[in-house]
Amino acid sequence: MSSDMLPLLSKALGETVYMVVISMIIATLIGIPLGVLLHTTAKKQILACRNFNRILASIVNAVRSIPFIILMVAIIPLTRLIVGSSIGTTAAMVPLVIASVPFIGRQVETSLKEVPEGIVEAALSMGATPLQIIQRVLLPEAMPGIIAQLTTVIISLVGESAMAGAIGGGGLGDLAIRYGYQRFRPEIMLATVIILIVLVQIVQFAGNRLAKKLNKK
Amino acid sequence: MIKLSHIEKTYDSPAGPVKALKGIDLEIARGEIYGIIGLSGAGKSTLIRCINMLERPTSGTVTIDGQDITAMDESSLRQARKSIGMIFQHFNLLSSATVYDNIAFPLRLGHISEKDVRAKVAPLLELVGLTDKAHQYPAQLSGGQKQRVGIARALASEPKVLLCDEATSALDPQTTKSILELIRNINQKLSLTVVVITHEMQVIKDICDKVAVIENGVIAEQGNVLEIFTNPQKPITKEFISVLLSNSLPAAFRGNEISPKPVPGSYLLLRLTFIGESADEPVIAGMIREHHIEVTMLFGTLDQIKNTPYGRMIIGVTGDEAEIQRALDYLTERDLKVEVIGYVQRHASVAQ
Ligand SMILES: Nc1ncnc2c1ncn2[C@@H]1O[C@H](COP(=O)(O)OP(=O)(O)O)[C@@H](O)[C@H]1O
Ligand SMILES: [Mg+2]
Repeated sequence: MSSDMLPLLSKALGETVYMVVISMIIATLIGIPLGVLLHTTAKKQILACRNFNRILASIVNAVRSIPFIILMVAIIPLTRLIVGSSIGTTAAMVPLVIASVPFIGRQVETSLKEVPEGIVEAALSMGATPLQIIQRVLLPEAMPGIIAQLTTVIISLVGESAMAGAIGGGGLGDLAIRYGYQRFRPEIMLATVIILIVLVQIVQFAGNRLAKKLNKK
Repeated sequence: MIKLSHIEKTYDSPAGPVKALKGIDLEIARGEIYGIIGLSGAGKSTLIRCINMLERPTSGTVTIDGQDITAMDESSLRQARKSIGMIFQHFNLLSSATVYDNIAFPLRLGHISEKDVRAKVAPLLELVGLTDKAHQYPAQLSGGQKQRVGIARALASEPKVLLCDEATSALDPQTTKSILELIRNINQKLSLTVVVITHEMQVIKDICDKVAVIENGVIAEQGNVLEIFTNPQKPITKEFISVLLSNSLPAAFRGNEISPKPVPGSYLLLRLTFIGESADEPVIAGMIREHHIEVTMLFGTLDQIKNTPYGRMIIGVTGDEAEIQRALDYLTERDLKVEVIGYVQRHASVAQ
């Protein structure tokens, strides 16, 4: 093993974790309210509003239909506007967040749909406001499902962050391509792949555990 | 207490409008247990959901305690709903919350300290007999226990009205009895007005004071349970009652033609209904003693409608026609309801 490998790997891992964690936090903060709106403004739901729901759903579908690699390049001007540069780890987070928000929105919506209508109805019959229903009924009841869905989002973020890395974002993907592929260092390629596998396993395991712990059904 | 005037409800469905309620008028007095019975799809759920505006009637008004709740805006409606508790067929408890937190749910919707929540939840847990289950989750409870949580939750905001939509339909007969008993207890203890929706006559018979029979979105018949039971007018009502009371003939007569005129060796079949006091008196014994007839008992039950004794009997009578007529008069004079079913012969193959 060459002496530069360990620092290279640990730096790349740090960058990947940084990109994924920060993007995930921001995307979740936007994605959960988006999912709540998608669900509650739909037909027969507590904030039913047909036109608003249609517009929101179209935007979500539009963004979701763009392949990540194209989205990344297409929004470079926006990225530049937000972080002042289009390369680097921080810049890579802009497309990561934009790609993840509608993904999370849809996933959260799916989980909320599974909350039995009757429970919401019971809360309405007790005089709960729509906001109280969202906070105390829909989100807690859907939480195990939401956690499971967010786990999937994190895992796809790990993959997307590798792509983002390839266009100058740093991280494990960047390392694998620059060293493993372009400089013919198969041991770095192998190590990167192993780290990615382990990372995904850890995320999945933790996600499953948490979802299971929250599920009282 | 609750007054429904000309309630109509039409749903829009892809297959065109569905008229679920076609002009319902109903008045429910304070402290009463009012049953609404009907077949599946008759409009029962729609009707009860119109009482707390979970479903807005297409036209008509709902007045509760003098307040027209069909005219209320969202926020006064939320306030009004706090005095109308509701329980459901599938309980509708929060699966992510403990028994305690489920019961505390309606309390915490307002501004209330956790200390006051505790002070209110504890007696409710006791009332429904679940004090030892306070920190369990609904998934760990039986159906009957879940409904008890539902009841405690519905009572937490100290409502004046309790709406029960098929509250026992998912429960076995024994559990049903205990839940109905609990509902009757709280009705008396808290002088709560209760509306019970069901498709089972047994439920009506066990706890209701009054009943309305609903069919295809209209009320077919309504009145005191005792009256409706002993003197049903509409076919639908008779059908509901007949499910409860076995009217089938014993093996010795089954399958034989019932004729309106006497045939040689036939028995005159009578259906007798006893209500209240007369159910306790030895009327039949008296009739046999004082008349020259032969009586055979074919079927008999003694039951209760809420707290009134209520008996039904099918007897077969043979003897001289005039003597039989005197026996019938004897029964009628003693406040028994007598229905003549007809003359029927015994199977020859069945030994006496
Ligand atoms: N949300 C709805 N949309 C369309 N039709 C409905 C809806 N709810 C009930 N209905 C129809 O209204 C009628 C009465 O339904 P419901 O009140 O649920 O009857 P019940 O509770 O007596 O079984 C049925 O024909 C049913 O199909
Ligand atoms: Mg129903």
